[in-house]
Amino acid sequence: MIFGGVCKIMKYKTEIDIAINKFIGKKGALIPLLQNVQDIEGYLSKEVMSYVSKKTGIKLAHIFGVATFYSMFRLKPQGRHIIKICKGTACHVSDANSIMNEINYQLNLSGEQDTTKDGKFTVMPVACLGCCSLAPVIMIDDNTFGKLSPDSIGKILKRYE
Amino acid sequence: MSLLIKVGLASCGLAAGAGEVYDAILKHIKKNKIDAEVKKTACIGMCFVEPLVEIYDNEKKSITYGEVTPESIGNIINAFSKGNPIEENVIISNVLRGSEEKTFKKQKRIVLRNCGVIDPISIDDYLDNDGYKALEKSLKEMSQEAIIDEIKNSGIRGRGGAGFPTGLKWQFAFNAQNNKKYIVCNADEGDPGAFMDRSVLEGDPHSVIEGMIIGAYAIGADEGYIYCRAEYPLAIKHLEIAIGQAIEKGFLGNKIFGTDFSFELHIKEGAGAFVCGEETALMASIEGKRGMPSIRPPFPAQSGLWGKPTNINNVETFANIAWIILNGAKSYASYGTEKSPGTKVFALAGKIRNSGLIEVPMGMPLKEVIYDVGGGMKTEKPFKGVQLGGPSGGCLPAELLDTTVDYDSINKTGAIMGSGGMVVMDTSSCMVDIAKFFLNFTQNESCGKCTFCRVGTKRMLEILTRISEGEGEMEDLDTLEELSQNIIKGSLCGLGQTAPNPVLTTLKYFRDEYIAHIKDKTCPAGVCTALLKYEVIEDKCIGCTVCAMKCPVNCISGERKQVHNINQDACIKCGACYDACKFDAIKKG
Repeated sequence: MIFGGVCKIMKYKTEIDIAINKFIGKKGALIPLLQNVQDIEGYLSKEVMSYVSKKTGIKLAHIFGVATFYSMFRLKPQGRHIIKICKGTACHVSDANSIMNEINYQLNLSGEQDTTKDGKFTVMPVACLGCCSLAPVIMIDDNTFGKLSPDSIGKILKRYE
Repeated sequence: MSLLIKVGLASCGLAAGAGEVYDAILKHIKKNKIDAEVKKTACIGMCFVEPLVEIYDNEKKSITYGEVTPESIGNIINAFSKGNPIEENVIISNVLRGSEEKTFKKQKRIVLRNCGVIDPISIDDYLDNDGYKALEKSLKEMSQEAIIDEIKNSGIRGRGGAGFPTGLKWQFAFNAQNNKKYIVCNADEGDPGAFMDRSVLEGDPHSVIEGMIIGAYAIGADEGYIYCRAEYPLAIKHLEIAIGQAIEKGFLGNKIFGTDFSFELHIKEGAGAFVCGEETALMASIEGKRGMPSIRPPFPAQSGLWGKPTNINNVETFANIAWIILNGAKSYASYGTEKSPGTKVFALAGKIRNSGLIEVPMGMPLKEVIYDVGGGMKTEKPFKGVQLGGPSGGCLPAELLDTTVDYDSINKTGAIMGSGGMVVMDTSSCMVDIAKFFLNFTQNESCGKCTFCRVGTKRMLEILTRISEGEGEMEDLDTLEELSQNIIKGSLCGLGQTAPNPVLTTLKYFRDEYIAHIKDKTCPAGVCTALLKYEVIEDKCIGCTVCAMKCPVNCISGERKQVHNINQDACIKCGACYDACKFDAIKKG
């Protein structure tokens, strides 16, 4: 496990060092630093958090505390595409649940499982995407899709490879 | 004839396909050698008819078209340039009859003055519309005290939700003695169902920046932060561009307008925590910590960011400042009511026809907002309630539609003005479900510091879940009320103090619905799945097999042209059969 972790850090070491050097010593930089580091690998692994702690001198407990507090930080590997399903009020009254069920059904996800077996998609319910007039809404990577019905999901998912 | 074509390219427009329309316009005018300038703008507020395209000619004839497609835009441009414009889908115009003129006339746009009008990432466009004139006036002609007095006299109250007088807040920060002060813009718009701040930041970022610089000068701050939630990538992008332009033009940086005043502005991206909208939690987050609220006093004006005096205002508040300085406190106060002067931006959503952004003078009755400006209901089902103020707010019934929108009148009902989200619901929404929805949200977002908020909201959610599954008892309603009062008393910050509001207001105005769930074990709106049952109406079923094919768990059986049957034990109550049946042969109840 530890050996594997080191290998992973070696793989992304240059990128992670660049990110750390960009923020090191700046006040209040931990959150943007972790955001940058997360962008490299898609999530924050234990090994990467330890490495950041060692390099910056910020206590690992503090880093872990921040990483678990904010919903944007992911502690597990995630899919190549992120599907954000809006669970805001307007989407809720426009039956966002049926959209969620359809996506989980099409991607064969059940229970706590949020990433497809092939690592293609990660499904993430989010509070509100701020496109309430187009409810129900989902966002795949940076693209927003609105006025959805369960029937429209299959076609949208097919666009992503 | 040369044309000016503007395309609305805010998040909502892009989601509706405005990007494709924009590309189609460029292609069309190039191919047909049409003399036209194409400009990008943001959201004018009429999200329900996006994508929107506005066409002008050099005689200033203008037409705004709604629901434009890449296929229809060619004909629209051709007909317009031939002087014989298409009359379908006209939204507003000075030559043709537009479908939305009435909704526009009742509005007064101060915050949204430039949204959907200018190119948000062109500082020249902003400058052409009196941009940074208020800053120049403030720095060259006004003392710090004079600015604070002007803001005080305007009577503007904090648009983030609590409604604290902005001028007074600035006075406190000004009075604080320290050689380092901060100014912060709260753009962590987390209320589900609200998107005013997103639109302003995407559509007119310079107005917020200008308001912040004026505020910084007035209180004596030399550094500022805009804390924006990361779910708004376009807003962050526009802010970054706008800050770069303001630095280049000398509105940010050292010795602004040749005075001794210097100011530096940063953007901080949120990382997904609703509680960070609370000011002390927001500051903890900027400092790189877990975003947990702290006890006040000391208030931020005495000890805020890194222990220095700090002033925090919301996006919409800052977007008002330049207008107030340029037009005077008196003209601002001429709008709205005595205690809530000015205008307020609302995000209309849910089952309302004109969903989108509107800005109306304070004091307008809810009825007028929903039926005149908002165009009434979108569906054929009647109005049931309107949810104001997001998870901190409440649901108001039809009987209270005469309530005027100002801080004090709305507070009296048990709801709150909040940041301005208004979600309209028809009879297909279940109020127990709505209360459960909000409690689920606040319970998830509670930071866990205060026991009553952490555990109390959890217990309330469990009770609501029980009620929605037909397992509730009448005593549960008293327990809910008691827990609510304790959570309000026992929580440090606004999140906990207002979390019970959705439950309290629905209990107050829609109690019958709770009783129906508990005593009759039915959900009158047909939402709570545990209480639903789908059955085939034998007389109407023709055996087309569509329902059986749609059923995700294969629990519908029946031969072709024979009456079908739903196996109740296997049914997951997803409603797919109900939606699929073209013969109304499935009964939901």
